[in-house]
Amino acid sequence: MSSPRPGHQRATRPSRGREKRWRGLERLEGGRPSRALLVALLLASVSLITLDQQTDDGPVEAGRTAVGETLGPLQAGAAGLVRPFAAVPSWLRTQDSLRHEVSTLEAENARLRSEQATSGLDRNRLAELDGLTRAAEDGGFTLVPARVIGMGPMQSFSRTVTIDAGSRAGITPDMTVLDNDGLVGRVLRTTRTTATVLLVMDPESVVGGRLGDSMEIGFLRGRGSIDDSGELTLDLVDGTVAPGEGDTVVTWGSDGGAPYVPGVPIGTVSQVWSSPRETAKFAVIEPFVDFSSLDLVGVAVPSGTRSDRGVLEADGSIR
Amino acid sequence: MSALRAVVAFLLVTVALLMQVSVMSHLAWNGVVPNLCLLVVVGAALVRGPEFGAVLGFAAGVALDLAPPADHVAGRWALALVVVGWLVGRLRAQNGAEARPSAGSVVLTVAAASFVGSSVFAFTGMLLSDPAMGVRDTLVVIVTALLYDVVATPFVLPVVLGVMRRTETERSRATVRRETRLEPRPGAGVGR
Repeated sequence: MSSPRPGHQRATRPSRGREKRWRGLERLEGGRPSRALLVALLLASVSLITLDQQTDDGPVEAGRTAVGETLGPLQAGAAGLVRPFAAVPSWLRTQDSLRHEVSTLEAENARLRSEQATSGLDRNRLAELDGLTRAAEDGGFTLVPARVIGMGPMQSFSRTVTIDAGSRAGITPDMTVLDNDGLVGRVLRTTRTTATVLLVMDPESVVGGRLGDSMEIGFLRGRGSIDDSGELTLDLVDGTVAPGEGDTVVTWGSDGGAPYVPGVPIGTVSQVWSSPRETAKFAVIEPFVDFSSLDLVGVAVPSGTRSDRGVLEADGSIR
Repeated sequence: MSALRAVVAFLLVTVALLMQVSVMSHLAWNGVVPNLCLLVVVGAALVRGPEFGAVLGFAAGVALDLAPPADHVAGRWALALVVVGWLVGRLRAQNGAEARPSAGSVVLTVAAASFVGSSVFAFTGMLLSDPAMGVRDTLVVIVTALLYDVVATPFVLPVVLGVMRRTETERSRATVRRETRLEPRPGAGVGR
């Protein structure tokens, strides 16, 4: 009786082994997960972070360019498809809001008309001076028009947008981006058909600014505030100057116009406070640009740049 | 089969990425948009388990890190989404791979996944001081993102789960076929 049992067991053993091997394969398909894969992926992520942190112009930047080249046209297509629908809410407005807007515009009109009446002389003198400086500055700058086709999510904690003009349109990194209200940001990197723009409201962004009234200079930093107002802080170089509320701040420009060309309006002073410990005065600047509804922007390129689209010259002509 | 699966998952991630960057920005709430890539990873992990979830999480994260207009240190979303894919997959493995998750549990999973994903991303940002954000602002963003992800769940997750299950049923059918082919063999061995 004892001998058949071991024999029987011996006969079944190989088949059990085979079964186990198949179970092992099943495990790979979705049974018990393998830790090694998780560890490998985590390590891959960490080494990607290290690689990007340590190298400025390495393989990660090449990857960004490659992904940008492929996704750029797709982003432009998607944004173009959606744009007509995004405009729908602006058609549906109550009579009250329209009436309110008419009255605000009438008030503003009246104010501007009175201002114009008194400032004719100032304007003429300013135009002469402007003409002089402009001539000295080699003809000012040319604008390449572009549309915003992608906006980085706030979850990434940085404020960047993609525009649909790239190196083919004559855009290179460190160029000023503005719209008809004022300064938008600067170009970080380009692909052939797109460019990534760092908005001035990003916490990493620093812009040299000049107070319109006192000509004092300072540095504007994005507050990284999470609401759409996109407020900036102005940190004045001279701690004894008190900026007045309502003062206009413009860029004071960088060497050779990169990354910021001079004289672009940024915003108005909305709040001032001083810090006794740092003996400096800070001001909160409310930008002219509405960052939540950015669409048509212009990139300031040197005069005479070759572009794949019509560009706006400094004298207002289109080339 | 696995090639088709990979292509389908890749397409889902690409569409999610394009929607998130170019379309959803019109619906942004203080700059926060639904994290569609994260939702795709959650859906895939719920159907396929932790390994597929982690691999897809890595792919989607690298795409988020590199696609314009991203400017943060690359690899941060990859790390966050690997963790999310793995954890959600483990959740599904513990509940039993065959059980279909109820709507409520899917919403809860998305909420937890969104919190974990955004938090891991924010935490690496603080470690690298990538953008130096305040803790309060960071928390507000994380909570807003969580709410928005939950709002987007009923529109996105059914599609993702449906697509994933379609390719899944093909696969499990193949598995069943292979099992039935194998089953008689041990039986025959015992018989002899």
